[in-house]
Amino acid sequence: MAEIVIERAVKRFGKFVAIDDVSLTVHDQEFVVLLGPSGCGKTTLLRAIAGLGMLDDGRIVIDGRDVTYLPPKQRDISMVFQNYAIFPHMTVFDNIAFGLKMRKLAKETIRERVDHAAKLLHIENMLERYPGAMSGGQRQRVAVARAIAYDAKVLLMDEPLSNLDALLRLEMRAELKTLLARLGATTVYVTHDQIEALSMGDRIAVMRAGKILQVDTPTRVYDLPANQFVGSFIGNPPMNFLYGQVRRQDGATKIKIGELLITPPEEMQPPLRAYEGRHIYLGIRAENMEALTQPSPDTLPVTVEVIEPLGSQNLLTAHIEGGMLKISTHPDFPATTGGQIWLRFPVRKIRWIDPDSGEAIVPDLEKVLA
Amino acid sequence: MTETTYPDRIKPITPSAERLDAQRRRAKLAHAVRRASIYILAVAIAIWILLPIWLIASMAFSTPADVRAFPKQILPSPFSTQTLEFFLNTQGIINSTINSLVVAVLALVISTLLAVPAGYAIARYLFPGRDAIRLGILSVRAFPVVVLAVPLAVVFIRLGMFDKVHSLAMMHAALTLPTTILVVASVFASVPYELEEAALIFGCTRAQAFWRIVLPLALPGIAAAAILTFVLSWNEVFAAILLTISNRTLPAQILYTLDKSGDPFKFAGGFFMLVPSLIFIFFIRRYLFNMWGQINK
Repeated sequence: MAEIVIERAVKRFGKFVAIDDVSLTVHDQEFVVLLGPSGCGKTTLLRAIAGLGMLDDGRIVIDGRDVTYLPPKQRDISMVFQNYAIFPHMTVFDNIAFGLKMRKLAKETIRERVDHAAKLLHIENMLERYPGAMSGGQRQRVAVARAIAYDAKVLLMDEPLSNLDALLRLEMRAELKTLLARLGATTVYVTHDQIEALSMGDRIAVMRAGKILQVDTPTRVYDLPANQFVGSFIGNPPMNFLYGQVRRQDGATKIKIGELLITPPEEMQPPLRAYEGRHIYLGIRAENMEALTQPSPDTLPVTVEVIEPLGSQNLLTAHIEGGMLKISTHPDFPATTGGQIWLRFPVRKIRWIDPDSGEAIVPDLEKVLA
Repeated sequence: MTETTYPDRIKPITPSAERLDAQRRRAKLAHAVRRASIYILAVAIAIWILLPIWLIASMAFSTPADVRAFPKQILPSPFSTQTLEFFLNTQGIINSTINSLVVAVLALVISTLLAVPAGYAIARYLFPGRDAIRLGILSVRAFPVVVLAVPLAVVFIRLGMFDKVHSLAMMHAALTLPTTILVVASVFASVPYELEEAALIFGCTRAQAFWRIVLPLALPGIAAAAILTFVLSWNEVFAAILLTISNRTLPAQILYTLDKSGDPFKFAGGFFMLVPSLIFIFFIRRYLFNMWGQINK
């Protein structure tokens, strides 16, 4: 197993820049998810690691070896394709054994490794069948078994679950996660499904327009997005962004939303000072606000417009000055359509965002760490 | 909020329900008429094509006397191979059949060997002038052989290639190449590129990926293109007459002797020529549909 280092990678298709000066390090045995909307360059980056598309600039180093200009077979990688790319003219056994045969391993070794991989994916009784007679889920298992049996240093996965139906996807997600954790493979996994990314990855690299916006653990990407795009792309419902005025009052920097004054925590005071007299966005997750039925100090009154019972929670849509707010409450919370509720904003759960750049305003300490 | 009463909700009859029913009946009728007319048209076309074939086949298996008789019988009776035997025993027929076979097989081999790499390149690579080359290949097809006839004969004589079986095979290969290249290209294009990439990932070079993955998957289509060449060569008359004298192919030989022979000979010859085409159509049908996007795997 191995470390992958991508340095200043650039890939152009004509004038279109698909990967724009991207650097990323995937540690040994780490599971990194490339997440982003379609066309953001995530698949292009994965293909560059695989050697299926040459970079125009930059380097890719796998396990200390510069592989930027090597063909795929010399990179010691294996891959699961979005459409599985199972060879239709070969049996399942031959499909899984393909890479091993190309390496000219001994017959018994091949047999052993194919059996092992097939067992891991519960397809050991289908080895003599042809892919044409198999369901999408079974083909997917063959594709993963083939990648695992090859036993390469790096495992690449390009939206492997996107062609499965919802229930099967849920099942395979958990199974894949367990399997990959057991194998300890260095894995790069591409998806546009944020739930998949949040639930599976050790770290998530959020991409947009050929750039990596944030590389962080799922919890940090979710709670502390690096900018407004990440906050609104990840999470369902997306993060709320409230427009507030920054002002100086009682010797501290405060933010005014409607009639409510919010006092940012200590470490946010210096960076926010520069914004005094201007507006900023306050990003907060639907479930991080506290909803109350009675007025209380430090709360903002809002009018509930829609109540959506979602089983485990009720999603309220409320109108505030300059926009909508999504609030997630316990199903027992007594809200009524058209009724008023009061919201409290825990300051530790707020992300402060520069309205011009869309970037999060972070304390100097965090800057140093990043 | 008022409660909707239960009977109101299940009662399906509204004032417009009968009208809806009439509409549905009309739509069904229109649909049936459309289907019926399609079937009638299809049957008419089939009869139009099959009737002459049936006539030729039944005559070929009748006695020479029956062939001249009128009205014709639907089934050949008595069933006889006399007419066919007479045809096959005619001087030059066996020889020219062998020539035809040799030319057709040679043309098939030449055409396939050139069409496979060319088709693959057109299907897979974006190279400068790709569209121009495609158009160029097609334009060969648009060029009438008649225009080329005299210069071609002159060149063949000068190069000492005149009246040779292999030079006619080259000519036939040249005639069919445009078609075979485009057919083979479309077959290659239908093999998902991801399969090739998977082969590259799992340890293949480009050549190995082609040999182990793409070629086996494209083989039925390539075979169809090869048979196409075979039949085209088998049926081709003009170049065959032009470029050979003593080594006539079967159609050239038949054409040559046609006006000197009677009806039974013509029916037997027609049937003999027809059979390979029919067999070919039977095998190629699936792939033709496949290429035109009628059947998708």
